[in-house]
Amino acid sequence: MGVQAILSLRGFWGRGREKSLLLASVLFAVAVVLPVIGLVAIAAQGSGDAWPHLLAYVLPKTVADTLVLLLGVGLVVIALGTSLAWLLTAYDFPGRRLFEWALLLPLAVPTYIVAYAYLDLLHPIGPVQGALRMVLGISNPRDLWFPDVRSMGGCILLLSFVLYPYVFIPTRALFLMQAGSLIEVARTLGADRRRVFFHVALPLARPAIAVGASLALMEALNDIGASEFLGVRTLSVSIYATWINRSNLPGSAQIALALMVLVVSLILIERWARRRQRYVSQAQRARRARPRQLSGWKAAGAFVYASLPVLFGFAFPAFYLAVEALRRLRFAGVPADLGAQILNTVVMSAIATFVALVIGFVLAYATRLTRAPAASVALRVASLGYAVPGTVLAIGLLLPLFALDNLLADGIEAVFGVSVGLLISGSGAALIYAYVVRFLTISAGGVESGFSKLSPSLDHAARALGETAMGAMRRVHLPLLRPALGAAALLVFVDCMKELPATLLLRPLNFETLATHLYGEAVRGTYEDGSIAALCIVLVGLAPVMLLARLSRRPALAYEKGGSVVGAGLLLEEQAKS
Amino acid sequence: MFVFNPARGVLSVLALVSGLTTSAFAQEVNLYTTREPGLIKPLLDNFTKASGVKVNTVFVKDGLAERVSAEGQRSPADVLMTVDIGNLVDLVERGVTQPLKSDALEAAVPSNLRAPDGSWFALSMRARVIYASKALSLEGFTYEQLADPKWKGKICIRSGQHPYNTALVAAYIAHHGEDKAQAWLAAVKANLGRKPGGGDREQARDILGGLCDLGVGNSYYVGLMRSGAGGPDQKIWGEGIQVVLPSFAGDGTHVNVSGASIAKFAPNKANAVKLLEWLVSDEAQSLYARGDFEYPVKGGAQTDPLIQALGPLKVDSIPVSEIVKHRRTASSLVDKVGFDN
Repeated sequence: MGVQAILSLRGFWGRGREKSLLLASVLFAVAVVLPVIGLVAIAAQGSGDAWPHLLAYVLPKTVADTLVLLLGVGLVVIALGTSLAWLLTAYDFPGRRLFEWALLLPLAVPTYIVAYAYLDLLHPIGPVQGALRMVLGISNPRDLWFPDVRSMGGCILLLSFVLYPYVFIPTRALFLMQAGSLIEVARTLGADRRRVFFHVALPLARPAIAVGASLALMEALNDIGASEFLGVRTLSVSIYATWINRSNLPGSAQIALALMVLVVSLILIERWARRRQRYVSQAQRARRARPRQLSGWKAAGAFVYASLPVLFGFAFPAFYLAVEALRRLRFAGVPADLGAQILNTVVMSAIATFVALVIGFVLAYATRLTRAPAASVALRVASLGYAVPGTVLAIGLLLPLFALDNLLADGIEAVFGVSVGLLISGSGAALIYAYVVRFLTISAGGVESGFSKLSPSLDHAARALGETAMGAMRRVHLPLLRPALGAAALLVFVDCMKELPATLLLRPLNFETLATHLYGEAVRGTYEDGSIAALCIVLVGLAPVMLLARLSRRPALAYEKGGSVVGAGLLLEEQAKS
Repeated sequence: MFVFNPARGVLSVLALVSGLTTSAFAQEVNLYTTREPGLIKPLLDNFTKASGVKVNTVFVKDGLAERVSAEGQRSPADVLMTVDIGNLVDLVERGVTQPLKSDALEAAVPSNLRAPDGSWFALSMRARVIYASKALSLEGFTYEQLADPKWKGKICIRSGQHPYNTALVAAYIAHHGEDKAQAWLAAVKANLGRKPGGGDREQARDILGGLCDLGVGNSYYVGLMRSGAGGPDQKIWGEGIQVVLPSFAGDGTHVNVSGASIAKFAPNKANAVKLLEWLVSDEAQSLYARGDFEYPVKGGAQTDPLIQALGPLKVDSIPVSEIVKHRRTASSLVDKVGFDN
């Protein structure tokens, strides 16, 4: 074997394998993009006279509300996420190590749960205002003015308190790994910390901030539970009303596609705004800047500032849920189906996570090995699922999914002569499919960003030392990618667990997850019945979040964790570009 | 010697998988429902006890029609159940139901509460009532009076686009025509104390919280709150308000229905019919009344004492099957007056 062949990446798998890898990744991409195609097909049926009505009465308000919500959530998550990331990187204060993981906890709290919890807590006859009135000696709730959480402001704050980790994670990772040496240079040149932050660290962190914020914004945009509950009319809510109340599914599919265009263009605009800037990754050489020790009231201030998001985004709602769940347990005992619900939730999320990782790996590896345009197109297209609201995605999935299911049943009947019914939907495989479509961007992005830090020379060296292709993957790539894979897996798992709309629509008979059970209770207005399920979602979600936090204990690995978020965002950027 | 036969191997795997999907019960019926599982479970358990037929359920909030129609001929659905007349008629219009001729159902369900061809049957009724601050005197209150400017800043209601509210608006259209309905809706909007939001119970809680004096909600929530079934907090909300059965001027109270249809390709049709017929039996109708605090559709069945205490119900004379024709116009009006803005 010639040296050329060893050194050339194209020869790494041999032509045949390269082709099959490419074929696999294109197939995966097609499978993942099917619901979007389904959506286009529905939209193309024509929406009758929906648009004049929408343009005249619905869109002006909902588009404005959507933009205000996005702007508000964007500003707050960027301010919170970036400032916290900098505080924990540049300064040392008592409790800093605690916050390194505690600040991730809100990731475990779904937006709809945080909305229910705060509405109860802050209601005029709830505990907070009750206590205030007692302190102030006011007896009638009408005499105490208190801002209503059911408002745009309330919605922005509540969403931001659980979504800021999307910015915090990649930005801190970037500060830790990328900015270290540059910050030290700036310090040597006499810049004070303020100047370093605004002139060195912040501009450096901009890609991380942008991708983190775009993920947070997509979560905010796709949320229906919290906004509907808090009376904020986003586009997602109008998609819903058009479909449900006016039975105009094509009309709602058209709004959904328009929304997707909006999302992609927002990403495009940010990308365009920094088109002249170049960022060079130098993760291997990076070192951490020495944090400055804070003491006295400054340390106390830092402690309080870092506590706020943990308290509001996690501790208060979780404590409230725990109290409610306890009351409920005393009142009605342990719900009979709780065990099955937990099992269903964990098993489905775990399988989906595994599948999403494998497919993400294939897509990213195909791109790395073949450098074929088809592979990178497949990778970009595969991440579209995240940019469509979950409910709409589920509807788009219905057509291709059941067509496939029926085809499979037809085939089995033709070959074996037995009638087996709908296997894909009946076995719950449809849910796995939906989760993978929705969250593939996180795993694929994570793996890709992990790969991007492995020099091709590693591949060459392994081969030159006599390792086979598969051996190189097993003994070189996989071990090196482990942190990136682990971080991506944890994020996907948490997201699958929280997923509601697709689960609700596509699950088989007699199949409840924690989220669907909670939703059923919430629809009846009996959230207290749901409080046990809500607490379980938070608790089950806590385990992966803690693992994620452990990864960040070792600075070298913190970047990997940020990597999945950055990677997912970068993918979306790429997609916007293409 | 054992020879592996690939076809047989695949078959046994398939048998295993399909065993997971279609359960081993000989007698079963598959129910797709937009009704919250907690509310119908006691009913279904009693049906299984009485008939020996196992009920498999899936609670689908939105997209029931889309799912059943995408499943096509192999759809496992036998019975489709919804909690709003609009959703029910949507199913019929999408062609995922089949008509049913049943003497038992026709005898039990009055003709204005079922489709003439048997493509849907109402199973229970709920009234759209007024929750009010106890200080008010609301004798003979009408829906029309919600538009009275004297209630400015004093009314709370859930989203105008919620099916319960669009059905009320549709009933208003049926009574007064589209133009008057729009004017009424705009005037009600002007009277709101806060943006529409939350569920029906929120309206009771907000009255207690002093955000408004009048709320619009369904009758059964009153029973759920006052019985303590929703926990001690809700008992306080329910008992802290007074409840009035309003009417359209010169007519009766607006009711919505929960109902069901037989799915077009029902694989267990005989059991599906059994289930529907059982749901209008005396036993089931009294469970609807006692467990869920609804009004039974069957003449002679008793309502729960908590609901009886609201006073006699005089149902609006325009049948739901007529009202439902205005549902899309109603939804458009809600947008037109910017009700939820």
